[in-house]
Amino acid sequence: MALLTCDHVALGYDGREIVSDLSFTVNTGDYLCIVGENGSGKTTLMKALLGLHRPLRGRIETGDGLRQQQIGYLPQQTDVQRDFPATVKEIVLSGCLGRKGFHPFYTASEKQLAHSAMHMLGICGLAGRCYRELSGGQQQRVLLARALCATQKLLLLDEPVAGLDPKATAEMYELVHTLNKEKRLTVIMISHDLAAALPYASHVLHIGEQLFFGSVDDYRTCFTKGGHLA
Amino acid sequence: MNVLEKISLYFQYSYVQNAFIVGVLVALCSALLGVTLVLKRFSFIGDGLSHVAFGGIAIASVVGLSNNMLLVLPITVISAVLLLRAGQNAKIKGDAAIAMFSVGALACGYLLMNLFSTSANLSGDVCSTLFGSTSILTLSAADVWLCIGLSAVVLLVFVLFYNKIFSVTFDENFAAATGTRTGAYNLLIALLIAAVIVLAMNLVGSLLISALVIFPALSAMRLFKSFKAVTLCSACLSVVCAGVGLLTALLADTPVGSTIVAVDIAVFFVCWIIGAVGRRG
Ligand SMILES: Nc1ncnc2c1ncn2[C@@H]1O[C@H](COP(=O)(O)OP(=O)(O)O)[C@@H](O)[C@H]1O
Ligand SMILES: [Mg+2]
Repeated sequence: MALLTCDHVALGYDGREIVSDLSFTVNTGDYLCIVGENGSGKTTLMKALLGLHRPLRGRIETGDGLRQQQIGYLPQQTDVQRDFPATVKEIVLSGCLGRKGFHPFYTASEKQLAHSAMHMLGICGLAGRCYRELSGGQQQRVLLARALCATQKLLLLDEPVAGLDPKATAEMYELVHTLNKEKRLTVIMISHDLAAALPYASHVLHIGEQLFFGSVDDYRTCFTKGGHLA
Repeated sequence: MNVLEKISLYFQYSYVQNAFIVGVLVALCSALLGVTLVLKRFSFIGDGLSHVAFGGIAIASVVGLSNNMLLVLPITVISAVLLLRAGQNAKIKGDAAIAMFSVGALACGYLLMNLFSTSANLSGDVCSTLFGSTSILTLSAADVWLCIGLSAVVLLVFVLFYNKIFSVTFDENFAAATGTRTGAYNLLIALLIAAVIVLAMNLVGSLLISALVIFPALSAMRLFKSFKAVTLCSACLSVVCAGVGLLTALLADTPVGSTIVAVDIAVFFVCWIIGAVGRRG
């Protein structure tokens, strides 16, 4: 059984449809890249996969015993309130909360997990810093570290490289690749930059005027002939 | 007689002791929740609820209930749940609904008191309910115990759920996406707010509660940058302000509620200046 199955899903707001008749599956170990124009509904789809947004029609099902507590999520850069007082460490640790149930305080192993996530992203030096005073790229890393604390099986990333400089972008793609290959995490990533993201992905979902779902190779043949590949 | 002697004299009276116990507890609870309230943009709920609580007190005094808390607490808790729903429902313009609700409660409360009150000094009653002028100094033992019990519950729940409250406040979508039951925690926060509002009615009266909730949090946010530090600082500032305000009110014979709020405002400006200087330096 697949990890995630979308079955004839339609998405939209207030009855206005943005995406219709979307069907695809994600299997454990896949690296799915979601592409499409601005406003085509990529973020909406990701929210629907996470259960934050209800599809207008169709079904989204999880399999392989996937539970909500095993999902990590990196939201599209939302303007977290300008004046929110929170340190990097507080934010990264909060990634551990979902799976804790009612246990009120962080355990030593959770602190260790947060530390290794920060270490992996090279932000240990920022642990005590205030989140809102960091640069865009640093903030992105903090939120990814938080997602790493939350994930055990599935990682959803909404435009993780937006606002990053070229070097940081390359590092981010490398890192996600490593997580996918070495930690066996299933990855679903929304990306703008097709050319940079495709080498790492196993599958592509293109939404917008044309719907496409298939492996990267199929995508290449299909779209290079038509001359659409960016 | 110097000021210190005067203070120690005052503290021999049980009504002054009671006022201090209640004042400190209320200040502590309201400041702890105030941080979340301000950051979640839930301040409106606090404001709306305080008006509802006024309506509740009006009903209680009309019905002639000896302990009005028994009526006001459930009314406020139910309203908290309703207001939270309204605030989250974009369709029925949450803010307008809340304004309607709270002003309606205020108007009906005053109308009820006018129509049915047997009290000789109606405007005095209304004034003290709104601004809490003397009620803090006339607490019964039952009031004090109720306050201690309720504060203990609020503090305990806050400490146990502190990390969850942080997560739901900082990024509700992420919390929900990773398996935290955000609806339940929002409800919990609303219930805590309701309890704090009912507690604070005694101290500063219903119109000034928002000040007690908001000012310490805003002051602490000028000075500190971590959620934990802001929460702790907010609690400390609030307790100190309540103590100083209460003492000043006793010594200078000014209304308790507004004196405490005035101290809160003064502290806010001091924190604001310190924050501005610290940022530049
Ligand atoms: N909360 C909302 N209410 C109504 N419409 C929305 C909301 N969020 C997004 N939309 C609309 O849905 C469409 C898709 O948005 P989104 O999923 O964010 O696109 P993408 O992430 O692909 O850029 C846009 O036209 C946007 O205006
Ligand atoms: Mg988007």
